[in-house]
Amino acid sequence: MSNKDKEPLFSAKNMKLLTGPLGSGNPVTVQILGICSALAVTAKLQPALVMALSVTVVTAFSNLILSLMRNTIPSRIRIIVQLVVVAALVILVDQVLKAFVYDVSKQLSVFVGLIITNCIVMGRIEAFALGNKPWPAFLDGVGNGLGYGMILVILGFFRELLGAGTLWGYRVIPESFYAHGYSNNGLMLLPPMALICVGVIIWIHRSRNKNLCE
Amino acid sequence: MLRKYLDKIKPQFEKGGRFSKLHSTFDAFETFLYVPNTVTKSGSHIRDAIELKRTMSVVVIALLPALLFGMYNVGLQHFRAIGLGDKAVMECFEFGFLKVLPIIVVSYVVGLGIEFLFAQIRGHEVNEGFLVSGMLIPLVMPVDAPLWMVGVSTAFAVIIGKEVFGGTGMNVFNPALIARAFMFFAYTPYISGDKVWIAGMSEGYTIDGYSGATPLTEIAGSMAEKSSSLGVTSTVHDWLIGTIPGSIGETSFIAIMIGAAILLFTGIASWRIMLSVFAGGYLMGLLFNAIGLNPYMEMPAYYHFLLGGFAFGAVFMATDPVTGSQTNTGKFIYGLMIGAFAVLIRVVNPGYPEGMMLSILFMNAMAPLIDHYVVAANIRRRNRRINATK
Repeated sequence: MSNKDKEPLFSAKNMKLLTGPLGSGNPVTVQILGICSALAVTAKLQPALVMALSVTVVTAFSNLILSLMRNTIPSRIRIIVQLVVVAALVILVDQVLKAFVYDVSKQLSVFVGLIITNCIVMGRIEAFALGNKPWPAFLDGVGNGLGYGMILVILGFFRELLGAGTLWGYRVIPESFYAHGYSNNGLMLLPPMALICVGVIIWIHRSRNKNLCE
Repeated sequence: MLRKYLDKIKPQFEKGGRFSKLHSTFDAFETFLYVPNTVTKSGSHIRDAIELKRTMSVVVIALLPALLFGMYNVGLQHFRAIGLGDKAVMECFEFGFLKVLPIIVVSYVVGLGIEFLFAQIRGHEVNEGFLVSGMLIPLVMPVDAPLWMVGVSTAFAVIIGKEVFGGTGMNVFNPALIARAFMFFAYTPYISGDKVWIAGMSEGYTIDGYSGATPLTEIAGSMAEKSSSLGVTSTVHDWLIGTIPGSIGETSFIAIMIGAAILLFTGIASWRIMLSVFAGGYLMGLLFNAIGLNPYMEMPAYYHFLLGGFAFGAVFMATDPVTGSQTNTGKFIYGLMIGAFAVLIRVVNPGYPEGMMLSILFMNAMAPLIDHYVVAANIRRRNRRINATK
């Protein structure tokens, strides 16, 4: 490759791959993908953050690996190849979580394993990694993982704060509030309220970004 | 005089006037006080002396017997609980009035405040739907509910239950029930159990051993212990009159029936829905009588009408014209299912002593589906008739 057509690593186009999913291309609030796990693991902030990181790692590296392999995979069996790669990465992540943050891993339970079926992972591989070079594919994976993770952390923050009065397990709302009649909102800990919260985030997002309104 | 005052300040709210931004607010007050002069100009329309604001006012009037009795009952239950026995009617009413009024005020201020805010932002007229919801919400709350919780529930109901769907007439669920459901799931200890239904009881100003449980809670409790009796401490006579603990407006069957008579006489509520809710509950009650595994199932079916919020829900909640079925056949199906599910939840699931709220909300969600199939069946039938005559 000649020096002339070599792109810088963080060119404007590549940065857009990274930051697009955080805003107008957000996988959760715009593409409405990965809702199931977003509702299931966000009752507390800590599991939400761990889940966000796990998904980011999986999307980033599955995009990278499959982009490297993209010219060698026969298109008729590509889904199987993708699944093998994703499953291997998920198992790695699962083992790492079990080894280092066992408590959180127990809270996340099956949802770590279910990253394999997360639409965001397969969606990005199909839509982007198989048609692009490894580096942009990697950035795209990181961006989408972070876009998903951002929503998870926002949800986890509000659900834990309003539902349990704690953040990261530490009490945030002072005892004197409770003495004056304040009470935790039990509905916040239930998945239906998480769905409503996602709806509210989408509402705010669209009212700020009019291009997204149909 | 009021008319003159309105006419005097009106120009300031017209286009270009000083308060033109507040036009919708002014309009809301003016049309609330006087029937507007404007008429529908285009399309077909039925000429009638009554429109939405007047309809809503009739429903509020129909709610008054339940509200007034509820106030009296709050006082009565309170004085009984603190060991003063049965006091004079006016004394009970006065106590109850002072207890209930703040809840009503909070409900209206929060609800209407949000409605006005949305009307201003979106630049449309203020919807009048909250006139009824604002009165229904206090009536389905326990008297000891903290006021800020009533406020939060109301705000949730108006924003998530109504405004996101586009305001009055577009909502899928009954806003008053959304408020109660929010309260029920978010602040469960404040809307269930045996303390919250009597004013002052949760702070412990009661004589020892006095139970503030509603009859339904008592029954659910004794069923959980596999008791051989229903375990209620009140009689059928009490249930009819309504001198039992419960949500503010739901206790008196007679007061609710006065409201029902007003709604049916003016033709505002659908008699089809009202009748079929009771029929559905009765049939389900009979079915449980036939099964008869425990005293609750063997209980006479009509008891269900008198207990808890069944009658209140059937008369004021299920008949909401926006969230219910629109087709006549659909109304029967909708009502029957509400009654049947309410009794089913009550008897089978001890976790929810009262099934009316969940049952109506569930059928609210199903109502469009029922309508769809009723309409589709009608189209099919008429198609067959065409083909037969060919």
